[in-house]
Amino acid sequence: MYSYSEFDAAFVAERNRQFRAQVERRIAGNLTEDEFKPLRLMNGLYLQLHAYMLRVAIPYGTLNSRQMRQLAHIAETWDKGYGHFTTRQNIQFNWPELRDVPEILDALAEVEMHAIQTSGNTIRNVTADHFAGAAEDEIADPRPVAELLRQWSTDHPEFQFLPRKFKIAVTGSPNDRAVIKAHDIGIQIVEREGEIGYRVLVGGGLGRTPMIGKVLSDFVSQEDLLPYIEATVSVWNLLGRRDNKYKSRIKITVHEHGIDDIRARVQERFEVIRPEFSGIDVALLEQIKTAFAPPAFRQDGAEVFETTYKTDPIFRSWADTNLIAHKAPGYAIVQISLKAHGATPGDATADQMRVMADLAEFYGHDELRISHEQNVILPHVHKSNLPALHAILKKHGLATANIGLISDIIACPGMDYCALATARSIPIAQQIATRFDELKLEHDIGELKIKISGCINACGHHHVGHIGILGLDRAGVENYQITLGGDHTETAAIGDRTGPGFSADEIIPAVERIVETYLDQRHDRNETFLEFYRRVGMTPFKTALYEQDKAYAAE
Amino acid sequence: MPKEFTPKVVTANALLEGDVVYQTADDRWSRHLSEAELISDEALAKLRLAQAEGQPELVVGAYLADAKPSDDGPQPTHFREEFRRTGPSNYHHGKQAEVN
Repeated sequence: MYSYSEFDAAFVAERNRQFRAQVERRIAGNLTEDEFKPLRLMNGLYLQLHAYMLRVAIPYGTLNSRQMRQLAHIAETWDKGYGHFTTRQNIQFNWPELRDVPEILDALAEVEMHAIQTSGNTIRNVTADHFAGAAEDEIADPRPVAELLRQWSTDHPEFQFLPRKFKIAVTGSPNDRAVIKAHDIGIQIVEREGEIGYRVLVGGGLGRTPMIGKVLSDFVSQEDLLPYIEATVSVWNLLGRRDNKYKSRIKITVHEHGIDDIRARVQERFEVIRPEFSGIDVALLEQIKTAFAPPAFRQDGAEVFETTYKTDPIFRSWADTNLIAHKAPGYAIVQISLKAHGATPGDATADQMRVMADLAEFYGHDELRISHEQNVILPHVHKSNLPALHAILKKHGLATANIGLISDIIACPGMDYCALATARSIPIAQQIATRFDELKLEHDIGELKIKISGCINACGHHHVGHIGILGLDRAGVENYQITLGGDHTETAAIGDRTGPGFSADEIIPAVERIVETYLDQRHDRNETFLEFYRRVGMTPFKTALYEQDKAYAAE
Repeated sequence: MPKEFTPKVVTANALLEGDVVYQTADDRWSRHLSEAELISDEALAKLRLAQAEGQPELVVGAYLADAKPSDDGPQPTHFREEFRRTGPSNYHHGKQAEVN
């Protein structure tokens, strides 16, 4: 784990001191709301539907048990006893009071955390593969690069007032678990003739105009990465549309100018600024890498795991669904579902946070990760510890065996919390999960990713859901549009709209009809929903969603 | 042709807590929509909104929200205002918790 340097600690402390004074001045009436708003947003503080919301950065989704316990403490002391983990691998507290926020920020600083650049038109928290450092297919751990980018982008003077927010994701594996093709910049660690370098994509993004990122460079060397990324953001900072916020993201700039023109401009800018980079960044990257050295893996046997797996069907079901192969022999990656059927996707109570912190400390080399799919990962657990770990998870409502299944739904906060939302997301996710749990079909359906957004901004990644659901306001009524065939991985695709949307009462039956169509017509259990959709296309789903109703109406 | 004016309430968020609040006829800020002043006159609505905006030490983001009369005072006409009146649908938090 990366630890703050003296500079980091002093920087965060100074920012907190400044913000405390700004809050005091706002409350005393010495700052107007117009003056205060950009200042609070610079510190991750939004005003939402019912309360303030504080978005705390969890860089590349990595934290340790001490940090998780502090999040639990904050949830209990200054919020309503829970936190919401987001698709940006962050945590949001939904109910802080303005006067308490400086205290919360100081509590975060105690454990080397902050809320800087979790809002505003700047480079946001850098995200990464949640299996970093543990995945079998990994070429290199993406977190050192993500940390380097975090340090470079924090308070970078050129990039504090960009045309819009800017999101960077990094993966160290060919299998993309960081959704790099839907980010402003996606970085994939690659190997060429024995040399580690980076494939850089640009111009991906969801929202109003969803686009898949394009390749800006197939290979950027380690020493060129930072100047290359700086050149890219710099080009967009100049070209990006500030006249229209709907056209301001880099995806529009890339679309309007064409990738070849952008590549040429980036190269030109790169050549200008490259000499300014002395190599300290590369030295720093090497230093950062040492902070992410793998833990000392044990060589014990895993007989307890094997025996429990054979004799305990509940453990077996959980292990089959929630464990992922680890690169170290005898180890597993544990995915803790925050999607108990009927629960709010991504929410964890303070007690649950403490339980996960304890498990990380006792069994997981003190590491936790937050996934963009709103679950928690223990990246390094020896298999011999898994039965004991599972028993504790079960006791605390954290052993739902549904990772990757239909109830493992991404859902943004929607209109239950978010001031921008146009419809609710959470109740739809809750009802779908509950319905398919009642039907006992989840495991038969197999891998199926439903992603729900409560507005066009697509925080719930609905465009890249196998089944995507977008909540909208249609003449004062909640209405839900469905897309099919989206994919967030290395084979990324934007889903296709099925047709007219459905009311809140109709959307769960509509999803059921989609799933029934798949179950009825798939070749066999090995053909996933996405493979089926790619084979048959939209027609059978359109029939199930729209034509059947017409036929019934005609009878 | 200008859109016909429909009844409104002045609503905002409390500065310190962020709570949804409503302006009452006697110039208080109430947590309960039922106590809000329902304004049927457009000019008066603009005036009351301007007065609300002049209280930045108390509230943030004042605006006019559509509402309709009922025996229990003003009622929301749009689902967004209904959620603001009650609180989130996944937890018994916010106003629904305060009321009970």
